[in-house]
Amino acid sequence: MVTAVAIVRMKDLFAVVMLLGLYGLLSASFFVAMDAVDVAFTEAAVGAGISTLLMLVVITMTGRREKAKRHKPLLALFIVIITGGLLIYGTLDMPYFGSADAPNHNHVAPRYINDSMKEIGIPNIVTSVLASYRAFDTFGEVVVIFTAGIGVLALLSVTRRPEDDDDIASHNDSMHERHLVIRIVAKMLIPFILLFALYVQFHGDFGPGGGFQAGVIFAAAIILYAMLFGLSAARKAINQAFVQLIAAIGVLLYGCVGIVSMLNGGDFFDYNVLASDPVAGQHLGILLIEWGVGCTVAAVMIIIFFNFAGRREMQQHSGDKSTQNQESP
Amino acid sequence: MLMGLFNNWIVVVLMMIGLYIVIAHGNLIKKIVGLAIFQTSVFIFYISLAKIDGGTAPILSDNYTLYSNPLPHVLILTAIVVGIATTALGLALVVRIKEAYDSIEEEDIQRQDNLPQDNQVQDSQLLTKNETENKA
Repeated sequence: MVTAVAIVRMKDLFAVVMLLGLYGLLSASFFVAMDAVDVAFTEAAVGAGISTLLMLVVITMTGRREKAKRHKPLLALFIVIITGGLLIYGTLDMPYFGSADAPNHNHVAPRYINDSMKEIGIPNIVTSVLASYRAFDTFGEVVVIFTAGIGVLALLSVTRRPEDDDDIASHNDSMHERHLVIRIVAKMLIPFILLFALYVQFHGDFGPGGGFQAGVIFAAAIILYAMLFGLSAARKAINQAFVQLIAAIGVLLYGCVGIVSMLNGGDFFDYNVLASDPVAGQHLGILLIEWGVGCTVAAVMIIIFFNFAGRREMQQHSGDKSTQNQESP
Repeated sequence: MLMGLFNNWIVVVLMMIGLYIVIAHGNLIKKIVGLAIFQTSVFIFYISLAKIDGGTAPILSDNYTLYSNPLPHVLILTAIVVGIATTALGLALVVRIKEAYDSIEEEDIQRQDNLPQDNQVQDSQLLTKNETENKA
């Protein structure tokens, strides 16, 4: 909370973004304290990692200073205090923190906790609710992520000319040679990060983890590579068209699991009919769906980062060119 | 009695800080940061609802019988990842606005929009003139 107040006061956007990363990490540790390990996992990877990174890339493009002027801070404060007061008045009817007889603990939750081992057969209840009981919901979320990826692609993608690429590559090489230690350490770490992502993907049934977390971690490893070795090197290693294909295939795989279970005579996303044994069918369905989620999330995160960074590279490059042109006459 | 609702009040305060940033600040990136704080306050609200005293993480094991509610965890888990995707979309819009208006302050953008057409032409001519003078 102190961090949040500091964010309001700061004018230097760089410091604001750093504080936001800190805030993400703090809320992740708060989630651990609240027993929400899966959520904490995601928040640590997303809030403290990827979102900070994206904001930093944007700040390098837009400048880090905020103007001192604010419009009508008193009116805003007035509105905020009134709304906050009403909300606090509303909380007086809320159940107390940690009480087990709150209404939300007595509706569907007992069924998930008591019956999911019998019906789904995996220990992590969060995964079984995510991928089986509420699979349709999760399908919607994956489609939203996919759509956001397409949106970023539409807004920021630039067509590159091959002759520019060489310029940029040589420029990058000179810059990246200076960070020798980081590069070597990263080179050793990246395979382990990728391996860890796969572990999180497959172990999601038994411990905290799953497609969402694995996708973000996998993307983080590739983004690390792109940052340290330059975008053009990363583009050579990972074909952009291929990544876009993967994002689409993830959504397709997810949808297909639903349709196949319909064809087998069940409902949409009813995995019981996928195999002769209902529990085995559930296992198969969850495995495939987590793969779909993981593929889409990883690919969309990579697409988003590459497009932001590519845009920035192009802007800087055209900036360099115009200064060169002015100098030459 | 009062301590029992403490978690809700923290959430409300955080939410209002986020709302204040969105209303009172003109800088578009700052606004997105405000939205992110608002968003996180909702996450904290859901997760604190799921907590049960003496419960443990919702991973079934023979050693425990009391688990916290898994449903809010699922909702927030997906919401976090969707949140970063939509934030990225917002940032992409900011980048395009910067390219089009050369500013990410709300007032500057509004002023440029309100200029009549001929003024705008003059203005841009003036700007280019200034730029050339500066460069010289």
